[in-house]
Amino acid sequence: MSSSAVDVDLVGNVILVAFCFDRQEGRRGKPSADRWRPNSMQKMLTIISNVLRGSARSNGAQVVSEAASLVVASRSYADFTPEATFDIKKVDLHRLEEGPPLTATLTREEGLKYYRTMQTIRRMELKADQLYKQKIIRGFCHLYDGQEACAVGIEGGITLSDHLITAYRAHGYTLTRGGTVREIMAELTGRRGGIAKGKGGSMHMYTKNFYGGNGIVGAQVPLGAGVALACKYLGNDQLCVSLYGDGAANQGQIFETYNMSSLWKLPIIFICENNQYAMGTSVERSAASTEYYKRGDYIPGIRVDGMDVLCVREATKFAAAHCRSGKGPILMELQTYRYHGHSMSDPGVSYRTREEIQEVRSKSDPISMLKDRMLSNNMASIEELKEIDIAVRKEIEDAAQFATTDPEPPLDDLCSHIFANDQPFEVRGATPWTKLTSTS
Amino acid sequence: MRPMRVPFGPPEWRIGGVRFRAVAQPAVIGSRIGRRTIGPASSGTSRSSLTEDRSKMASIRCFLRSGKSAVSVVLRREFSKTSPAAVQVNVRDALNQAMDEELERDEKVFLLGEEVAQYDGAYKVSRGLWKKYGDKRIIDTPITEMGFAGIAVGAAFVSQLVLTRLNHLLLLCFQAGLRPICEFMTWNFSMQAIDQVINSAAKTYYMSAGAQPVPIVFRGPNGSSAGVAAQHSQCFAAWYGHCPGLKVVSPWNSEDARGLLKAAIRDNNPVVFLENELMYGVPFDLSEEVMHKDFVLPIGKAKVERQGTHITLVSHSRCVGFCLDAAAVLAKEGVECEVVNLRTIRPLDVETIEASVMKTGHLVTVEGGWPQYGVGAEICARIMEGPAFNYLDAPAVRVTGVDIPMPYAKILEDHSVPQIKDIIFTVKKVLNM
Repeated sequence: MSSSAVDVDLVGNVILVAFCFDRQEGRRGKPSADRWRPNSMQKMLTIISNVLRGSARSNGAQVVSEAASLVVASRSYADFTPEATFDIKKVDLHRLEEGPPLTATLTREEGLKYYRTMQTIRRMELKADQLYKQKIIRGFCHLYDGQEACAVGIEGGITLSDHLITAYRAHGYTLTRGGTVREIMAELTGRRGGIAKGKGGSMHMYTKNFYGGNGIVGAQVPLGAGVALACKYLGNDQLCVSLYGDGAANQGQIFETYNMSSLWKLPIIFICENNQYAMGTSVERSAASTEYYKRGDYIPGIRVDGMDVLCVREATKFAAAHCRSGKGPILMELQTYRYHGHSMSDPGVSYRTREEIQEVRSKSDPISMLKDRMLSNNMASIEELKEIDIAVRKEIEDAAQFATTDPEPPLDDLCSHIFANDQPFEVRGATPWTKLTSTS
Repeated sequence: MRPMRVPFGPPEWRIGGVRFRAVAQPAVIGSRIGRRTIGPASSGTSRSSLTEDRSKMASIRCFLRSGKSAVSVVLRREFSKTSPAAVQVNVRDALNQAMDEELERDEKVFLLGEEVAQYDGAYKVSRGLWKKYGDKRIIDTPITEMGFAGIAVGAAFVSQLVLTRLNHLLLLCFQAGLRPICEFMTWNFSMQAIDQVINSAAKTYYMSAGAQPVPIVFRGPNGSSAGVAAQHSQCFAAWYGHCPGLKVVSPWNSEDARGLLKAAIRDNNPVVFLENELMYGVPFDLSEEVMHKDFVLPIGKAKVERQGTHITLVSHSRCVGFCLDAAAVLAKEGVECEVVNLRTIRPLDVETIEASVMKTGHLVTVEGGWPQYGVGAEICARIMEGPAFNYLDAPAVRVTGVDIPMPYAKILEDHSVPQIKDIIFTVKKVLNM
């Protein structure tokens, strides 16, 4: 797309210049549907017509460089569409008269932010995959790539003063909830700079108003209701988003939680991230009813396209408004997909085909979808997004470097953090003569 | 009429020129009819004092009594004409083969759990079984432990009248119900279902005054693994070993895994079978007799893995290997350790431990679990309360996991579990070296 390739003949130059101007340049305040030509475009057309008339035969290169400078000049950010409205998929409703709106407005800043965050999650997960295969990360590692739109979209619908809890596929949420890539990766490699000082690992990361990262399937849902109870108790107008997967959706404790949170009108949003597979078991093989958004029975539910960050955001906003109005819980099912297997020990192809994964990747990838939307509505340029990609890549590389070079936690830390706010006490080691100390 | 256990198979058969005899092992009858375990060929064999007729009568006698006795078949070598051919089998395959053989032998055995069927098992222990036996007998469950553990126990309740043959007698008797093998992906998840294991399985036979046996096996990997952090690394030997009505088994090597799993499946009682993920891939040599499809090990009997004179090391599961390694190191310094592999946590084989302590005068217990109220604590208490106390030349000491939730970072995790150096250190301390 660069206009600086000048090694072809005049006709080629003309075509190249014309191609540059295939991109629409909008002006501030106008919706994207209108295509119109600003002054710079008119200038370019004059140049082109001059060239075609052959009057520029002698100074073709000059023409092109003139055109090039114009192109560069017109690529100022002031010319991007600042805001655009998109049609989003209708959601399925359960016990609701109306659902979230059918359109979503995205500003340029939001778009770039979502793009950057989703790309960061994607690259971070792929880096974790790499480090795991190099045996620098060990134990469990459940990767989130493919599902980025869920984490980013949900965060777009709530604020950092709201609360969130999820299961073990938690790296993306740790990031959106305020963790840094450095801390997350150092936790995965078990170093003292990790977000849990190396003591928790992949499944046990915590930040403010983010309660992990939980290893036992389904257990996080009642915990989330407890957080919601506290919010209601304290009267702080906050809510709790409690996430679980399609595998966990059959857990009894979730139904117990539905009952109590409805009874007590707790400000909780139940979100089922349905990525079609519970480890190796598909939804048809594990659930008598796969309409997870209806499984709350008396709890209103919506089923949302979880690969579209705008859909997720609008649905979350809708659900948050429902909760904050005191109506009690609401259930959201996000239909999404994970590219990796269940964890790093699962190749992910024994229970589904590579074609299926490839199809989702090519047709519904959340990052591509957002990118296409932004580019085709001139909300960002390809270069800009590429720059973001490069910056993200660098951030991940730096974080990985930190994560592999940071030292492991000190042995003094072995017994610390057993009890809170307590005097230091003695802990029995492996033998009666091994006396260790626990500090709070 | 109370449900009874019918022994299977003929009381005597031949394998490769060697004649084996089945010896009935009644749990309730006071007479000890040759209770010996199978060890390697070198550990010495002794002839049974029973004649063939007496052993047959013993079999009939014990099954004619109430169904309290589990008739387990103990193999004994009469004379060795050929040395046993050794086959290398890792613990995973030993468990797989044991289940395969028991599924084939008895139609009422079935396996249920998460990912056991089409995924071949989360740790591949049930590889190939679904392909062979199909949906009816190998069942994938949703991730709902409380629910499917309850379902498994309920399936074990249902008994039926069957017509069976024993030698020349045609018998009509109750057989205990289906024989489920309920797999927990790890024993950590059993906490979600523990009510069903204890209240519905363990206590039922007692509460029904013998009317309702529960022939179920709960199995899965227990204890610490590598880098799986606090919620996935707990050892449940002490938790389940605490409860009357449960049998709790903790194999170490492939022979243990094979023999004890077969015994557990054939046992009419609820058995908690604690495997170890880090042992799954470890190969051991198995002799021909161990590979026989009716090879079982008695539940409730420990094995002396290594003879010694100076000190007794008692352990279970993976730590047995550590004890043997420590013993090898200590042997170079002239200390001969006797290593006892518990094999069963409940019922605890106190006699074997006492006999060993009375010989060596010193005791160290080694386990991966936490110290407080643990397996080692129980062993020390029992030794104190029994005759072996007078033979102790030093206090009995426990080597255990560190009393903390399992940390994730490798350096911290390595220091949270008993290491070989801890065992060596403790032995030297106890022996005042």
